[in-house]
Amino acid sequence: MIYFDNAATSWPKPPGVAEAMTRFLEQVGANPGRAAHRRAVESGRIVYGAREAVAELFNAPDPLRVVWGKNVTEALNLALCGLLRPGDHVVTSSTEHNSMMRPLRALEREGVEVTVVQCTPQGQLDPAGVAAAIRPNTRLVALNHASNVVGTLLPAAEVGAICRQRDVLLLVDAAQTGGAYPVDVQANQIDLLAFTGHKSLGGPMGTGGLIVGGRVDEAQLEPLMRGGTGSRSEHELQPDFMPDRYESGTPNVVGLAGLAVGVRWLLARGVDAIRAHEVALARALIAGLQAIPAVIVYGTLDAGLQTATVAFNVAGMAPSEAGLRLDDEYGIMCRVGLHCAPAAHKTIGTFPGGTVRFGLGAFNSMDEVEVALAAVRELAGEVQ
Amino acid sequence: MTAGKYTVILLYATSHAIRAEKLLKQASIPPKMIPVPRHLSSSCGVCIRIARADREAAQQVLQQAGMEIEGLYDISPRAAGKPGRQA
Ligand SMILES: Cc1ncc(COP(=O)(O)O)c(C=O)c1O
Repeated sequence: MIYFDNAATSWPKPPGVAEAMTRFLEQVGANPGRAAHRRAVESGRIVYGAREAVAELFNAPDPLRVVWGKNVTEALNLALCGLLRPGDHVVTSSTEHNSMMRPLRALEREGVEVTVVQCTPQGQLDPAGVAAAIRPNTRLVALNHASNVVGTLLPAAEVGAICRQRDVLLLVDAAQTGGAYPVDVQANQIDLLAFTGHKSLGGPMGTGGLIVGGRVDEAQLEPLMRGGTGSRSEHELQPDFMPDRYESGTPNVVGLAGLAVGVRWLLARGVDAIRAHEVALARALIAGLQAIPAVIVYGTLDAGLQTATVAFNVAGMAPSEAGLRLDDEYGIMCRVGLHCAPAAHKTIGTFPGGTVRFGLGAFNSMDEVEVALAAVRELAGEVQ
Repeated sequence: MTAGKYTVILLYATSHAIRAEKLLKQASIPPKMIPVPRHLSSSCGVCIRIARADREAAQQVLQQAGMEIEGLYDISPRAAGKPGRQA
């Protein structure tokens, strides 16, 4: 069996993740921040430890400005719906996931102006295009850090510098890069970083969040939900301080217990080392696929300019058929189709047919890449 | 004499209290997490009890880390829940 669907959700998880979750359920189990007994406090420590781990990974100065949510989708909705008002203008790219595009299109119907800067057919974004799109009423630039369709990295640091210069906030969707590629909110001047726990961060599903930078005024960022926080219980108004303003309801402590261990594993191993491993795999995969005559590979074809997510098609074979046969006949699990990102597929010219996507991760090996290449070669040989 | 007497530190949220607990431990000031005495506040469920002798040092540690303190209260030695003098 070969698991090449890490761009959707990483598997396996780093050692210790499942154990930490089991330990929480069996030995701690209490609600954090709703009581002060020893296990409630221990539960609170686990949640805080996860904040520290995530803050360290993304070089965020204040763990208390890490806001938990259930995934990057929730974080993006919080940032977009919380910040943008009718009359505001927002700039985004043409390779966004629907988690970005759908909230933006919904806001557009309420009077928010949306500019989509076109990326190249390789999925690359010219920072000058973003600069040119900024207007006096531009509030936010909102971009993915890497495409979930072709893996192409977007120039976060360059756009970050432009945003500072033009006094606009920058929101980055780091779903595909967090844990797989260095993301530094200070160096890249990212004001709002949305992340998800279940991909390269090595955590379980149901974990994610938004890092709210110091340039963001909480008074201007409305919460998505309001409710019990364990703080200010005498008041019927939502607390105005971080992180409680945005964290109503009992959090996913069992998930955060696992996420903390996943992120600590990443930090111990080093994101740079993981990145080097994934670049080597992606380089071999791209080169191997390009060498097959009936295969079309999308993106920059340069592993250094993308994540280890590689999109391709076998000429004359629908992605759905290729995916089914890779699974049934070769035990290779991948994802085919449109990957929740129609705009990205339109950009690279694969809409509405879609692509086959191999999403490689930290636990994949060169041997697996070779086995998969042999499988694609066989499939492609049939349609010659 | 301050032996056997306590101060409680109230913070705005549980996550703040946990952070403060860590900072105090690092500064070798032993913190104990206790329920917020009801007469003080309903702020967050948990607050930090320290020895009264550590009061100034603790305040300094937390302020240096940029933490906002909601309140510092000297309380009676008998129990955290007994009324005490507000600082
Ligand atoms: C770029 C990007 N944004 C958003 C998402 C949505 O992630 P989640 O389902 O964790 O909210 C994904 C992954 O599916 C993604 O790759």
